[in-house]
Amino acid sequence: MKLSVNGVCFRYGNQDVLAGINLEAREGEIIGILGPNGSGKTTLLKCLNRSLSPREGTVLIDDRDCREMTRREIATHMGVVPQSANVNFPFTALDIVLMGRTPELKRFESESKRDLEIVQEAMELTNTEHLANRPMDQLSGGERQRVIIARALAQKPKILLLDEPTLHLDVNHQLDILDLITGLAKTERLIVVFVTHDLALAARYCDKLILMQKGQVVAAGEVMTALTPANLRRVFGIEASVYFDERIGAHSVAIIRSFRENRER
Amino acid sequence: MPSMEIADLQRSKVARWTAIMAGLVLALFVTIVVCLSVGVMGIPFDQVIAILLGGGTKTQSYVIMNVRLPRVILAAMVGASLSIAGATMQGLFRNPMASPSVLGISSGAAFGAALAIVLGVSWTNGPFAIPAMAFVFSFITLFLVYTVSRNRSGYVPVETLLLAGIAVGSLFSALVSAMEYFAGEQLSGVVFWMMGGLDEASWEQVAISIVPLIVGCSVIMVLARDLNAMMVGEEQAGNLGINVNRTRLILLVAASLVTAVAVSVSGVIGFVGLIIPHVVRILVGPDHRILLPASVVSGAIFMILTDTLARTVIAPAELPVGIITSLLGAPFFIYLLMSRKKSMGW
Repeated sequence: MKLSVNGVCFRYGNQDVLAGINLEAREGEIIGILGPNGSGKTTLLKCLNRSLSPREGTVLIDDRDCREMTRREIATHMGVVPQSANVNFPFTALDIVLMGRTPELKRFESESKRDLEIVQEAMELTNTEHLANRPMDQLSGGERQRVIIARALAQKPKILLLDEPTLHLDVNHQLDILDLITGLAKTERLIVVFVTHDLALAARYCDKLILMQKGQVVAAGEVMTALTPANLRRVFGIEASVYFDERIGAHSVAIIRSFRENRER
Repeated sequence: MPSMEIADLQRSKVARWTAIMAGLVLALFVTIVVCLSVGVMGIPFDQVIAILLGGGTKTQSYVIMNVRLPRVILAAMVGASLSIAGATMQGLFRNPMASPSVLGISSGAAFGAALAIVLGVSWTNGPFAIPAMAFVFSFITLFLVYTVSRNRSGYVPVETLLLAGIAVGSLFSALVSAMEYFAGEQLSGVVFWMMGGLDEASWEQVAISIVPLIVGCSVIMVLARDLNAMMVGEEQAGNLGINVNRTRLILLVAASLVTAVAVSVSGVIGFVGLIIPHVVRILVGPDHRILLPASVVSGAIFMILTDTLARTVIAPAELPVGIITSLLGAPFFIYLLMSRKKSMGW
């Protein structure tokens, strides 16, 4: 399984939001998309699963053009975890995860034994089994996010897209979710693409990083290649250093100061 | 054994749904028999059943078969259509306050009917003149609301849709009021129609309404699973492979069709489409695969009961049933507004 993005451009009205984005991902890889607000991260994610249609360029899933696939077909390849999943209705966690089987079900078909097994497995992987009968609106933020990830996994995707999956979570839940996702990428051989604002989490968990600014890719590659001091200064206006931290066995980021202090006054 | 758990939960859910539907259908039949026996001429239950099976005295049989039965069936159909329309709109707009009247569809239909009553304008003659116009205008209203609220990229934000519904609904209400003002001697016709009632029920009305009702309900129920996903979030529904804009449009058209069915034969009967789905949701949960059929049957029961009340409470005179549903519905609406402050959402 391979995901490749070639020269994707997108505009809202006459404003370019994405200009010639390239991206390549292979199974088992975790790709982090970083960039300041308005740099086009979320738009890029939406172009990947055709929530938005790029003006130019192609998105290929295993060398097949996304434009030739229906949304339903794309949904069998890609699962999406949105920023926040506030479900204000008393659907149970099981109801929500079962919805992940929607792309595979025919109009009048009800969930088969196989579907229930897939759902069971997704809930086991995300440790949400015990929540199955609980209404979503009574779950904590972390529990809800895990249920939503279970729904995405129930789609049996090869590609998992996550839009700031840890945004509203406390630090323990952030680590839980990212450990879960990175573990899944390795064991289930998924391609994971996730958008985040958190430099330290991105450096720690991603195999490759894409640094975006004003709809363009400024740098891409492995953590040390992408997050150079010069790039961080250019994109975020900060002085920061990236180093390998033996205590966590991964890269970390120390943010030293912002160069934008004067401009804020 | 943990691997059984999910299958068990699913099985017990299906069993619960079956029991709910069986119970409701039974309740519907009991309601029908009871309400057929009530009236100026009291007819005992055993007689009612005998008549339904082809026996009974001639007079009683006439009253049941030609007067009360069509009315009870029409009431059931009106209640069912308003309820499923309300349930659909509440799910679609993720808002328990949504109902055909919120989107102005009822007002549009009322304007069409008023045109036919006061000016005699219609595209068809005879008994269908008024319902046909109500029908046409409920569609016009829907498309007007939908077009006004649709933005350039083809997305329909809920807020805009509801506001457009209010605006368009107000426009048609004002036009109806203007017609009433100029109506003169036909005034009582317009007024009665605006209050809603089933006193002109006939087998003919049952016959013209049954097909669109079944078509509309079937279309909506077929899309129940998509509606569930859209209620959780439209973008997420898109990520699950659902064509959200198309599904929404189909559901709106089907919902306005069933609304038009109800409005055409009974005038404007408010609040049924608001109360029934809401109460049913509390009882059976938010899943539209059970919510929609349960609302249909509950709405039918509710409407038969209120209509029976309407024709018996000041017998031999009649109260328009719309007055009764509004008397029950308006306080319920206020209660909803107040309790929403406490419990978020639904």
